[in-house]
Amino acid sequence: MRHIDRRDFLVSSAAGIGAAALAGSVPVTAFAAESPFKPEKGASLQLLRWTAFVKSDATIWDENTKKFTDATGVPVTIQNLTWNDVTPKAALAAQVGSGPDIVMGWNDDPFVYPDKLIEMTDLVEYMGKAHGGYYDNARSYCYDQDVKRWVSFPIGCTGNAVNYRKSWAKEAGFSEFPKDLDGMLKLARGLKKNGHPTGFALGHAVGDANSWTHWILWGFGGKQANPDNSIAINSGETSNALDYARQLYETMIDGVAGWDDSSNNKAFAAGLIGMTMNGISIWYAEKTADPALFPDFANATPPYGPVKTHTISNNFTSAYVFKYSKYPNAAKEYLRFMLDSPQADRWVTEMLGYVTPALRGYSDLPIWTSNPNITPYRDALAGAKYDGFNGKPGKAAAQALDEFVLVDMFADVCVNKLANKDAMRKAEAKLTAIYKRA
Amino acid sequence: MIRRPALAARLDSPRVLGYLLIVPAAIILLGLLAYPLLLGIWLSLTSATIGNPGQFIGLQNYATIFADPIFRGAAWYSVFYTICAEAGKLVLGLALALLLNQRFRGYRVSRALMLLPWVAPTVLSALAWLWLLDPQFSAISWLLLRLHLIHSNIDFLGHPWSARMSLIVVNIWRGLPYFAIGYLAGLQSIPKDLYEAAAIDGADGWQAFRRITWPLLMPITTILVAFSSIFTLTDFQLIWTITHGGPTDATQVFTTLAYQRAISGGQLGEGAAIAVSPIVIMIVLAFFVVRSVREK
Repeated sequence: MRHIDRRDFLVSSAAGIGAAALAGSVPVTAFAAESPFKPEKGASLQLLRWTAFVKSDATIWDENTKKFTDATGVPVTIQNLTWNDVTPKAALAAQVGSGPDIVMGWNDDPFVYPDKLIEMTDLVEYMGKAHGGYYDNARSYCYDQDVKRWVSFPIGCTGNAVNYRKSWAKEAGFSEFPKDLDGMLKLARGLKKNGHPTGFALGHAVGDANSWTHWILWGFGGKQANPDNSIAINSGETSNALDYARQLYETMIDGVAGWDDSSNNKAFAAGLIGMTMNGISIWYAEKTADPALFPDFANATPPYGPVKTHTISNNFTSAYVFKYSKYPNAAKEYLRFMLDSPQADRWVTEMLGYVTPALRGYSDLPIWTSNPNITPYRDALAGAKYDGFNGKPGKAAAQALDEFVLVDMFADVCVNKLANKDAMRKAEAKLTAIYKRA
Repeated sequence: MIRRPALAARLDSPRVLGYLLIVPAAIILLGLLAYPLLLGIWLSLTSATIGNPGQFIGLQNYATIFADPIFRGAAWYSVFYTICAEAGKLVLGLALALLLNQRFRGYRVSRALMLLPWVAPTVLSALAWLWLLDPQFSAISWLLLRLHLIHSNIDFLGHPWSARMSLIVVNIWRGLPYFAIGYLAGLQSIPKDLYEAAAIDGADGWQAFRRITWPLLMPITTILVAFSSIFTLTDFQLIWTITHGGPTDATQVFTTLAYQRAISGGQLGEGAAIAVSPIVIMIVLAFFVVRSVREK
């Protein structure tokens, strides 16, 4: 079967309207007319989304929203909330049956209340065909295996990469960033020796602490659960990952167990740490904060562990529509419009790839190769794993993430000096209880 | 003889009018206090999840949480946090009240400034403390380093015990004005002639405090401690903003764990059981308040 990618679609779509729209010569209304999703008469929408870390994210998203309103007559009210506040606000809406029509939420959130969400299969399939399909994470976070339907529309992830200072890495003997975890540990030790410790969050930091601990665990072949959801955390592979983390912790600045999601950004910007893991915003912020020093800030694809594959963990975002919404078609059309060309092209480009789209077709945008420091974020979803890997995505995995089970296991070894076996048993007990009640 | 309307005649009855007058208050109490409390208790007896009312499962949620080491840890720290914070607030609040009970230049301004921690929005003050306790950018560490009292930054929130004690200090700071203002009111209600009589009898300052001040402050102490303990035991904003219950669940309390389980994790029944479980402690505290008020 011939693979239809985004470019094929643009060329072959009716009367070349899609391609012309990409070039900006045809009004958006003309392209929207081809959409199978027809907004209800008199529709209006409320969107709840997470606050943008990169200013251009919000600016372009709002501009595209205005274009949508101009084209369809459907007004859209956008409410921005801090990242951590989206999950409880959406849960409240699900519970009381009132609130925003659309929520742009995080990771496994839709699996907590799938029965309250409208089926998104038609939109997912339509956009998948138009844009070359999805990365695997899309299915992991948006297709509910219990109710057997797409309950959310995959948008993408705020991808993670390793952030470091080139000159300091060079001082430590590395002209290029290492490709494997052993090499990275050597670099970390070199940095520490030269007075530039590393910094990876070990507190209850939703994004930063979960991302690097999952990456290391998976890099050594450790996993939270088996495909049948039996707990698999207590293993030799996990123990190896904990050994590695303990050694990496020795290269870290003091206080990482008290870090929140903004701590590494501040420490990196202040020159207190020489290496961390973050979204592209940490690099982008330096462009305006310190233009003279900006060329020294660099990003690298997270090195591979012994499993020799990509084991990155990202913050995945998707959009879901509540059943109480009076305007489900308008909501779907809005999401189609926002993630379609040319709107999404501009959105991703202007925010320098802060969000890596779940649709594979957007990987060929010129922005990804315009600077070698942006390219690692293009690949953030290629082979990325999901919360609860290698178990079944769903409520249990979501709760384990919410309760920082894996983060605390790493912190128990690094900070509380627990033996690997004790930390693993503790995590195993917590996971067993969570998977049992979910 | 003039016949009065039946309604007016009934309203003349103290029993009818009395009940009628308490109806608005009763509606407010039932709607805003009793209903949420009873709903919470009911939810704790069900398997409710977000968006799903669940089924009645008896005490199963309680059996689950009492077997859960994280809950036991949260219960232990909740009580420890409350006892330490109340002790700190009582001693320092009383000391502050004794100080502010003196007439000195600027005492009125001092009394007003003392209230600032109490009137500032909790989340804002928690964010300020988050900065003060930052492992890298703490102003406290900066000052102590400049004074050569420490050699490196203090890791306030990076270890279980330092994080626990830091939160207690923040809670004491926030609740201190409540005790100080309460004690100040109590001190000003003590008749001056008692001290004059004691002085004539040769009592020194410490004896006057032990024999007059402290005994007469006992009723207000009971009320202050009981009310403040209830607030402290149910503290959420300070802890959630500063540590999110970390590191390694060392600073989880009833409220943060209930929120994590019920709202983030969607397990409403279990979250409700965690939230309801400290109710016994609060009823005991409320009993002391009521008894103290009656005695007074």
